Amino acid sequence: MLTLSGLSKTYKTGDTALADVTLTVPEGQILGLIGPSGAGKSTLIRCINRLVEPTAGEVTLGKVNLVGLGKSELRRQRRRIGMIFQEYALVERLTVMENVLSGRLGYVPFWRSFLRKYPGADVQRAYQLLDRVGLIDHADKRADALSGGQRQRVGIARALAQDPELLLVDEPTASLDPKTSRQIMRLLTEICAERGLPAIVNIHDVPLAQQFMQRIVGLRAGRVVFDGSPDELTEATLTTIYGEEDWNEMRRGDEEQAKAEADARERMEALAQ
Amino acid sequence: MTTQAYPTTWRRPPQIIKNHHWRLALQVGILVYLVLAVSTVDVNWARVYEGLERGQRFIMGFLQPDFTSRWKDISQGLVESLTMTLTSTVVGVLISIPVGIGAARNLTPRWIYYFCRAIIATSRALQEIIIAIFFVAMFGFGPFAGFITLSFATIGFIAKLLADDIEEIDAAQAESIRSTGASWWQVVNYAVQPQVMPRLIGLSLYRLDINFRESAVIGIVGAGGIGATLNTAIDRYEYDSAGAILLIVIAIVMVAEYSSSYLRKFLQ
Repeated sequence: MLTLSGLSKTYKTGDTALADVTLTVPEGQILGLIGPSGAGKSTLIRCINRLVEPTAGEVTLGKVNLVGLGKSELRRQRRRIGMIFQEYALVERLTVMENVLSGRLGYVPFWRSFLRKYPGADVQRAYQLLDRVGLIDHADKRADALSGGQRQRVGIARALAQDPELLLVDEPTASLDPKTSRQIMRLLTEICAERGLPAIVNIHDVPLAQQFMQRIVGLRAGRVVFDGSPDELTEATLTTIYGEEDWNEMRRGDEEQAKAEADARERMEALAQ
Repeated sequence: MTTQAYPTTWRRPPQIIKNHHWRLALQVGILVYLVLAVSTVDVNWARVYEGLERGQRFIMGFLQPDFTSRWKDISQGLVESLTMTLTSTVVGVLISIPVGIGAARNLTPRWIYYFCRAIIATSRALQEIIIAIFFVAMFGFGPFAGFITLSFATIGFIAKLLADDIEEIDAAQAESIRSTGASWWQVVNYAVQPQVMPRLIGLSLYRLDINFRESAVIGIVGAGGIGATLNTAIDRYEYDSAGAILLIVIAIVMVAEYSSSYLRKFLQ
């Protein structure tokens, strides 16, 4: 279970990114974090594993308060939190296998990681994860040889290699096409369900969030302005989160896009025949 | 709406000095200064005419290079130069790597950063010939002084470019490795090294041929190698031997140039 209490972050420039955020994420829950650009979604996620130092508040994972930990203890705690990034953030020039194994870096001594001599169990597990995300045949390819969707699958496998107790997911589909986005979201939710893994997912695509999330938290200017189930996300609540906009129009746009895609797919199939 | 309402010509507005008069004044000023400066250059045309003859002999030496009569000196100088080049590049690059990492703002604490940048600045501030004169005075004539000189110069070059390259890596990749609980060494090994390695290899190869060229120059001040042989040949007015040496230097630099560009392409 993850608990954030009174979490705040003010950057050196004086910008307040987070103001007194209090949240509890129970075991196995997938929480979607929505909000306009600059609402503090990225900051919130990074304050949890302290890639960004929070200015105030507590982050408690299980029984450990992550805020105020020393360097080596923080590294030990980071192993418990898997992170999946926007634009994948794979090390492009390393192989897929090295990228997945890099999820074990917090567990192995430097010489093992330097010589790429990981314990047998780690290698076996890496293969198992690659198989789970459907990329076992690509293990020896360089990461930059993969397509966007495949790269994000490697990103998921890397995070899972950590044996995490929590997943932080930062805009996982921001650079993917709508169809691949849905596949990635489906894979993520399946994996979380298999392991009873809680996850916080930053997502700016509202229909996608409604389709896949169990709970949605709306952030605006660093404050929680909505916290509820996807069904409760009405036009009025969207307006509190994002400001005035014609939401029905946007949703219609999304349907239109889906139709256009289906149409394009049919045409491609017709061409292939 | 008619198209008549829009102008058909467009001029790029002045970017730096907006005022028309100031711009004109500046241009005239530069022109006047240039004319005055050129008129103060004192050329002794008689001396130029005398020198032409010597220059002609030099060029004739080039056209009829003599590889044979001084071949022993030339080959010894070449071997010295090549040894100096290779050893100094290897040693210089090995020292540059920790200095370069230390001089990357995004990886190290402030005091290490300033310390390493100071090493780089010192190495870059002193031109090879000046360092060579200093080391020749310290270690005596010969290739050892040359080796130390080139190693020292290599540090300034490679460490600076490596540090700048590290500062420009994709931060997201480093962040993702850090988020797994990796230590500083592991971040360097997994997120930084793969991103800068091709450039580091390219720079080292480039430095290898710079060092060869420099070895010819610093020989003139006594640091051994082909430069010393060249200097002796010119002192003895043996322009045909000097021509041969220059042709060999050009050939080696060309070979180094082509092979390093081929290698770099291969490594990408």
